[in-house]
Amino acid sequence: MNSTLRIIALAAIVVAASACAKKAQVKETMDTSPRTETTTTERSDPAGRYSRGDLDTDACLRQRVVYFDFDSTAIRSEFQSQIACHAEYLRQFSDARVSLEGNTDERGSREYNLGLGERRGNAVQSALSAAGASSSQQNVVSYGEERPVDRGHSESAWGKNRRVEIVYSSR
Amino acid sequence: MQTRFFQIVFLSLALCFGFREVSAQGLTIDITNGNPSALPVAVVPFAYQGSSTPPDTDIGEIVRADLARSGKFKTLPKQDVVEFPTRESEVRFPTWKLLKQDYLVIGRVSDGADGTLRAEYEAFLVGSGQRLVGGVISGQRSAARDIAHQIADVVYEKITGVRGAFWTRIAYVTAVGVSPRIQYQLMVADSDGYNPQTLVRSAESLMSPSWSPDGTKLAYVSFESGNSAIYVQDLTTGQRQLVSSNRGINSGPAFSPDGRKLAMTLSFAGNPDIYVMDLASKSRTQITKHYAIDVESAWMPDGQSLLFTSDRSGKPQIYEVSASGGEARRISFTGQYNARASICCEGKQIAMVQGSGNVYRIAVLDRGTGQYTQISPGNQDESPSFAPNGSMVLYASSGESRGVLYSASADGRVRQRLVLADGDVREPAWGPFRQR
Repeated sequence: MNSTLRIIALAAIVVAASACAKKAQVKETMDTSPRTETTTTERSDPAGRYSRGDLDTDACLRQRVVYFDFDSTAIRSEFQSQIACHAEYLRQFSDARVSLEGNTDERGSREYNLGLGERRGNAVQSALSAAGASSSQQNVVSYGEERPVDRGHSESAWGKNRRVEIVYSSR
Repeated sequence: MQTRFFQIVFLSLALCFGFREVSAQGLTIDITNGNPSALPVAVVPFAYQGSSTPPDTDIGEIVRADLARSGKFKTLPKQDVVEFPTRESEVRFPTWKLLKQDYLVIGRVSDGADGTLRAEYEAFLVGSGQRLVGGVISGQRSAARDIAHQIADVVYEKITGVRGAFWTRIAYVTAVGVSPRIQYQLMVADSDGYNPQTLVRSAESLMSPSWSPDGTKLAYVSFESGNSAIYVQDLTTGQRQLVSSNRGINSGPAFSPDGRKLAMTLSFAGNPDIYVMDLASKSRTQITKHYAIDVESAWMPDGQSLLFTSDRSGKPQIYEVSASGGEARRISFTGQYNARASICCEGKQIAMVQGSGNVYRIAVLDRGTGQYTQISPGNQDESPSFAPNGSMVLYASSGESRGVLYSASADGRVRQRLVLADGDVREPAWGPFRQR
C-alpha cells in the first residue's frame, strides 16, 4: 500500500510540476513580449485606430470583463462599447488571440454551471464576431462556478462572479 | 519570474513531503439531529484477550459509532455501560432490560495467525435473550477499522434487513487556501471520514469524482491543463489515464454498471451533449443531440438508460434517455430547477438538487408515488450521492462560511455533518459495496 501511495504521489508531482512549468512558460513569453512587440510594431503594425500598446492604456480596451444577469447569457447594453473596441482591436491585429473565460455564480449544480459558463463565453464570442473579430482568434473556456472572484453568498458577490473575462493570450 | 520559480519548487516539495501530513487531515462528524424512533442498542467494548500489545483501535466503539450514524439506532453512551460481557455465557439480560435496551452487541479481540487480529462478535435480542447473529472477522492490525465496519454491517443487516454500507469508501474534493493559491485535492476516505488519502493534488479545480462499480477506479474532471479534462485513475496502482480532453467542456464522467463504458458531457461539437465512451476501444457514441445544455449523466442500474440534466424546457430538469440514444423523456415536473440525479434502489428513488429562487436543496423523488421528500435544510446544497444500500445520501453544502459535507438518512430525519479541519469540502461520491 505504501509503495502505491508513493507511486500516486510521484505521478501527482510529475503532473503538477509539468502543469506549473507550462504556466511559467506562458508567463515568460508574456513578460518578454513588450520587446518583441516594439519590433513587430515598427515593422508591420497594421494601420488602424489602435497600437498594440493601447491594450494597456486605452480606457475601453482595458475593460475586459463582461457581467451577466442571473441565469442569463444576454450581453447587457452597457457592455456593447467594450465588445466593439475589442472586436476592432482583433480585426486590426489578426494575429492577436483571446480566451473568453466563462464563469457563473455558485447557485445550482456545478456541472450545469460549466455549461452556463460556456454559453456566456459563446455569447461574447458571437458578439465579437458580429462586430468584426474572426472566430479563429477566439477560444471559449468555461470554468463554471470554479473560479469565483468573490466567495461570498450574497447577490453582490454573485453579480461579480457571473462574468466572461476577455484574456489576451497573444496581443 | 523568480517568484514563479519558487512557487514551482515549493509546490514540488509540498508534493513530496506534504503527502503523509495530509493523510492526517480527516473529516470530523457531528450528528446534527436524531431520530426519535431509533432502536436502542448497547455495544459493549470489545476486550482484547490476546497476548501482544492491545490494538490502538477500539473496535466496539467503531461499531457503536457506525450504528449511531445510521440514524436507525440510538446507542447506549459508553459511560452507561455497566457490565462487560465478552461472550454469551457472561451476559445478564435483566441488566440490559433495566437500561431499556432492545439489542445488545458484545465481542472480543484476540491474536490471529501472523500478527493478525481476530474479532469475534455476537448480537442479542435483549427481551427474549435470543442470539441474532455471531461470527468472526480477521484482518491485519492496520485494518482494524475495516474489521469493525464489517461487524457493524452484519449487525445492521441482521436487525434492519438491509445490507449495511459502513464498510465502504467515499471520494470528495477539498479546496484549501485563499485564491489565487488554492490547493485542490481529490480524496478517498472510509465512509466515516477516517483514513483520508490524497489521490490527486492540483493548483486548479477538480470536480465530479465517479466510482467504477468494482471500486478500483475513479473518474474525475481536472482543470490542470487550463480546460476541463476527464481522467480515470486506478486506486491501487495510482496509474492515471487521460480519457477526454476535447475542445470545450469535458465533464461529468459516470461509469456504466458493467464498468466498461463511461458516460460524459462533451461540447466540442458546439454545445454540451451526452456521450458514451467504450473504455476499451475509446470509441464514442453521441447520446443526446440538442442545442440545450445536457449534463450530469447517471446510469440506471440495468445499464439500459441514463438520467441527465437538461435545460431544453427552459430551466434545468431531469430527463431519461436510452443508453444507445434516441428520444429523451422528462421525469421531473415538480420545482423550477432539478439537477444532478443520483439513482438508488433499482431506479425507484432519485436524489437531485431542487432549486427555488435562491435556495437549492436535496430532494428524493420516489418514482412509484411521484412524491418528493426534501432531505436537506440548507440554502446552497448540491451533489447528492446515495450510499450503495440506499439508506443515506451524502451531499455538499456551501451556503455556510465554508463548504461541508452532510450525510442524511434517505427519509431526511437524521443528518450528520462531515467537516474538514481547514478549507472547503465538496463533490462527494459514495463508493460501491466492497468485496471481502
